[in-house]
Amino acid sequence: MASPINYDEKIPNNVDLSSDRRLQRALEGWQPKFMNWWSEMGPTLETHDVYLRTAVSVGRAGWAHFDHVKLDEYRWGIFLAEREQARTIGFGEHRGEPVWQQVPGEYRADLQRLIVIQGDTEPASVEQQRLLGLTAPSLYDLRNLFQVNVEEGRHLWAMVYLLHAYFGREGREQAEDLLLRNSGSPDSPRILGAFNEETADWLAFYMFTYFTDRDGKYQLGTLKESAFDPLSRTCEFMLKEEAHHMFVGTTGVDRVVARTAELIREHDTFDIAPHGGIPLEIIQKYINFHYTVSLDLFGSETSTNAANYYTAGLKGRWQEGRRKDDHKLTDTGSMLETPRADGTWGGDELSTILMLNVDLRNEYIADCEHGVTRWNRILAEAGIDRRLKLPHPGFNRGVGVNSAFHISPDGEILDEATWTRARDKWLPTGQDLAFVQSLMRPVHERGKIASWVAPPTNGINGKPFEYEYVHLP
Amino acid sequence: MSFDAHPDSYRHWKLRVEGELAWLVLDVDETAGIVPGYELKLNSYDLGVDIELYDATQRLRFEHPRVRTVVVTSGKDRVFCAGANIRMLAASSHEWKVNFCKFTNETRNGMEDATEHSGQTYLAAVNGSCAGGGYELALACDHIVLVDDNSSAVSLPEVPLLGVLPGTGGLTRLVDKRRVRKDRADVFATRSDGMRGKAAVQWGLVDEVVPPRRFDEVVRERALEAARNSTRPQDAQGIELTPLERETDDDGVRYRYVQAKYDRELGLVKITVHASTDENWPLTVTRELDDLILRLRTNETELGTWVFTTAGDPEAVLAQEHRLLTDDSWLGNEIRHFYKRVLKRLDVTSRSLIALIEPGSCFVGMLLELAFACDRQYILDGPPIDDEDSDERAAIQLTPANFGPFPMGNGITRLQSRFYGEDVTRLSELDKPVDAVEAADLGLVTEAFDDIDWVDEIRIVLEGRASLSPDALTGMEANHRFVGPETLETKIFARLTAWQNWIFNRPGASGPEGALRRYGTGQKAVFDRKRV
Repeated sequence: MASPINYDEKIPNNVDLSSDRRLQRALEGWQPKFMNWWSEMGPTLETHDVYLRTAVSVGRAGWAHFDHVKLDEYRWGIFLAEREQARTIGFGEHRGEPVWQQVPGEYRADLQRLIVIQGDTEPASVEQQRLLGLTAPSLYDLRNLFQVNVEEGRHLWAMVYLLHAYFGREGREQAEDLLLRNSGSPDSPRILGAFNEETADWLAFYMFTYFTDRDGKYQLGTLKESAFDPLSRTCEFMLKEEAHHMFVGTTGVDRVVARTAELIREHDTFDIAPHGGIPLEIIQKYINFHYTVSLDLFGSETSTNAANYYTAGLKGRWQEGRRKDDHKLTDTGSMLETPRADGTWGGDELSTILMLNVDLRNEYIADCEHGVTRWNRILAEAGIDRRLKLPHPGFNRGVGVNSAFHISPDGEILDEATWTRARDKWLPTGQDLAFVQSLMRPVHERGKIASWVAPPTNGINGKPFEYEYVHLP
Repeated sequence: MSFDAHPDSYRHWKLRVEGELAWLVLDVDETAGIVPGYELKLNSYDLGVDIELYDATQRLRFEHPRVRTVVVTSGKDRVFCAGANIRMLAASSHEWKVNFCKFTNETRNGMEDATEHSGQTYLAAVNGSCAGGGYELALACDHIVLVDDNSSAVSLPEVPLLGVLPGTGGLTRLVDKRRVRKDRADVFATRSDGMRGKAAVQWGLVDEVVPPRRFDEVVRERALEAARNSTRPQDAQGIELTPLERETDDDGVRYRYVQAKYDRELGLVKITVHASTDENWPLTVTRELDDLILRLRTNETELGTWVFTTAGDPEAVLAQEHRLLTDDSWLGNEIRHFYKRVLKRLDVTSRSLIALIEPGSCFVGMLLELAFACDRQYILDGPPIDDEDSDERAAIQLTPANFGPFPMGNGITRLQSRFYGEDVTRLSELDKPVDAVEAADLGLVTEAFDDIDWVDEIRIVLEGRASLSPDALTGMEANHRFVGPETLETKIFARLTAWQNWIFNRPGASGPEGALRRYGTGQKAVFDRKRV
């Protein structure tokens, strides 16, 4: 007879796990499979322990606990933001009604699909990043990578909790499938394209955490509005952690740009590759690539699915509560900029509710601009007159109205041959990737950092940069 | 609307033949809908996509005698087929929707016919998501291989998402063909996301699931296995289905052997089929009838009565038919089954069909089947109307063609349907021309009128018919034509289609707040909660 497991000790939570037998049974079946997945698909680099943040509660008093822990002893917990007692549905045809604590039969399939798609992205990025530990530019970066990884793991748990707690046997099967699909697998790929791309180097990792995780932030933001209260509360808490992932991306690119600027000044040339730095044009190409594959994650400009989800109350808009309209959107129109076959841009008026993906994408684009402004400030302060920029949203798209056209980063509609000839100026070439790869030599000594990136201005949780964030065997 | 197509100009399909295997690859051109106003996203289809599919299935049978297995698959990434395009359905008139579904059903039945009777087995290689009409297309195949990539599912989401039925064979094939247990069929057809992987195999929704890396290899293996048991010839040359000779104008359509003349005032078409001794006559006349039926159904919805006549030497027809029925080559087999399918098209055509048997006609054997497909048969008992001194008289003749080779969709012959419950073998001993009086006595015609009454009686019949409710006639004819047993085919055209057409007309589907109208607006359908 096995001794009873102390769930609250093992799995920090605020969902009353220790008295929920159904959930316990589901998690007991799933947890060993998760650990198996973590050891096979999680970080490759062997570590002794890592200075990590663990979510231990959701209160204002401090929700996180920092300490060195062994990665496989990390306590993946289940936390939902605190329940707001009188919360009502903020949009769609059920606007004003109380939110749902259980899944309505009518929306079961849709809600499950939304949760599965969100859940599928979480472990995908862990898989994409599993080799990065081997080439980390510093212990500080290594720690951040692992922090991002364990939290993506926890976000998977969060989605799995919802599947287990609210979707019965099928939910349990879907939860298992989340571990069976793998990023880039020829037999069983992840659901969304961007999560099957390689994250081959650290610049790609910074870009991914800046651009692609930011898409996650916006998707979570729409689910936070959901009428299905447990989903809403789960996503609200995930957003807290997601902020750190974006911080890793923003400051990561900051530090690459800062080091590049430094080398440009030092050697008085933009051609800093021979001096162990990443040239500005390669940084720009990486931006072009990661930004555009992330835009694809927002889906088609016109989406009946998104419209149906909105009407049903399943998925709202970013900061729905601050919008000044009827929150139903059935009677208003919006303009959609579309490329035309004659090479000009035209506008189509469509029902607003069909363009929710564009609405969300515009919020996202505005947010992405902030980073570019920051990076350009670094260049300006270094007295360098070149600037980075976001390409036109029609550039290099695989989804939506632009995908059938060949559009330059400046938004010019070109013929295929012209676009293809210029492609290597805009997107990373095999050579660019090989060059960046050549810089990726691990730096695992305390307080040291690779040649191509500047150290951070602050450490983690008040610790200095020199702190031994990771103990290696 | 034309039903002409050729693989060189397909917009949506690619037909690839490699020895005994052929691939039919669906890669729909979004921008090439047959009428403007919708985009054919996710390999969804409209009539134009189906016209090409029908053309391909016909060419495979006649132009590619060596092809033993046809693999139906998708050229798009992770999408097999999303079914009929919903915006197209929402924007279509009721008669367009019904006619489109009927044609789709006939094409799919034709695929099953090829599998069963021509040694040309259809195999579905479902390499991505497969919903609604897409799954119904797979269901028409003999074997379904589904990719096991942890996301591609088969589904019938019509009921939960659109408030209509999977009306092109879906529900029927699920339980009658694939023997999916009916309670599971109920679960499956109410789940918008469908099923995938091993569960789909367990329930019998697909035959096997295969991981992506082995998918092509396994599909090829299955295709070769199916080819091994085939009766198709090893070395035959196909015959090319060249464009039909056809002239059209406001008054009608004229082919080489078939003419159709419109009488818009009476809302009727007079169709004349001519006999010939030309050795290509059987196939050509079959193709012409096929094309005419399709064009009239689609283009001339207000011509509610089709009057069939024939002209030519009965001996010529008997000789042609004898050759056709005793020809044991692959081509003879194909022509026989094609003619059978064209007659079946008539059986399910929602028009009043009337045969006029006059002197100079050649309603014998295989052409007499045209008359038996009609709702009524009138024979002139007397000389030709415009030549009362002539001693030419109308007659009909039963032949082996009326006793088996051209069964109806219900599995029995038109004669067996006509004399349901009686033994019709007594009629097989006739073997000679039967004149008007005897034909009436034997019950082979509705009525024999003499030359004095003929013109008036026929006028009254046709005028009377034109005055009746087209809807009521459609329902009545569909009931009377299919006497006797039910089969998968009759269930699809009757039970499934009739309920579907009723639902199509109900506010829950087609009303201003109905599911079809509301589809794609982001607003939810409003249903009348009363069960009818």
